[in-house]
Amino acid sequence: MADPMRIRAQAAGDKVTVRVLMSHEMETGQRKDSSGKVIPAWFIQEVTAAHNGKTVMTAHWGPSVAKNPFLQFVVKGGKAGDKITINWVDNRGDKRTDEATVS
Amino acid sequence: MQNRRQMLQRSAALAGALAGLGLLPRAAQAAWNSAAFEAKNMSDLVKALGVSAPTASKDVSITGPDIAENGAVVPVGCASSLAGVKQLLILVEKNPNMLAAVFEPGDSVEPSFNTRVKMGQSSNVFAVAITADNKVLFAQKEIKVTLGGCGG
Repeated sequence: MADPMRIRAQAAGDKVTVRVLMSHEMETGQRKDSSGKVIPAWFIQEVTAAHNGKTVMTAHWGPSVAKNPFLQFVVKGGKAGDKITINWVDNRGDKRTDEATVS
Repeated sequence: MQNRRQMLQRSAALAGALAGLGLLPRAAQAAWNSAAFEAKNMSDLVKALGVSAPTASKDVSITGPDIAENGAVVPVGCASSLAGVKQLLILVEKNPNMLAAVFEPGDSVEPSFNTRVKMGQSSNVFAVAITADNKVLFAQKEIKVTLGGCGG
């Protein structure tokens, strides 16, 4: 199991800015190790975000998203106390789900 | 007793076999468009996505640094002022595979995303917006990289 994500969700008016920092290697599959073998790609493929349990955003990523990916987006019609849930799946099938409360 | 190196080699071999063999994890996620993520240029990408060729538009914007010191971590943002954006894409022209990320905002999310990408070399970066009525619009920006991030 991967390390937890760091999620910050801040309300401003009726908009909620969500910032997520995920912990992942995001190996491209282009690099070689010291013995010259290609290091296989390992990256987050799919990210979904839910607001109070309802999916509001999906993202599909390739290996060229940076290591320990950062993501920022804005949810309309949110308020303090709402729940934001972020879920990712990588190309090995590993998953991670974390939840944060809007402040 | 396995040592660390053997462990690593074995898991690498296993992952390689999986990737080569059955595309196991990919089959589980039908939504992940592997053809699009393997596209090397704009025409391949457009074909893989099944959309028309993009046209430049001021309703789409891309933000990022003019010069990125470290290509492994380049902050970029894409946004659109249009309503009904179905997908927002971030493309890095000179990366081995052009497509970096696809965002699909729902109705209650603004079509504006920030993230960080890797860049192998100085290149144009595109934000492409695909709207619900199948208009394909893009904005571009050149980002100079002093140290590549797709290192070999």
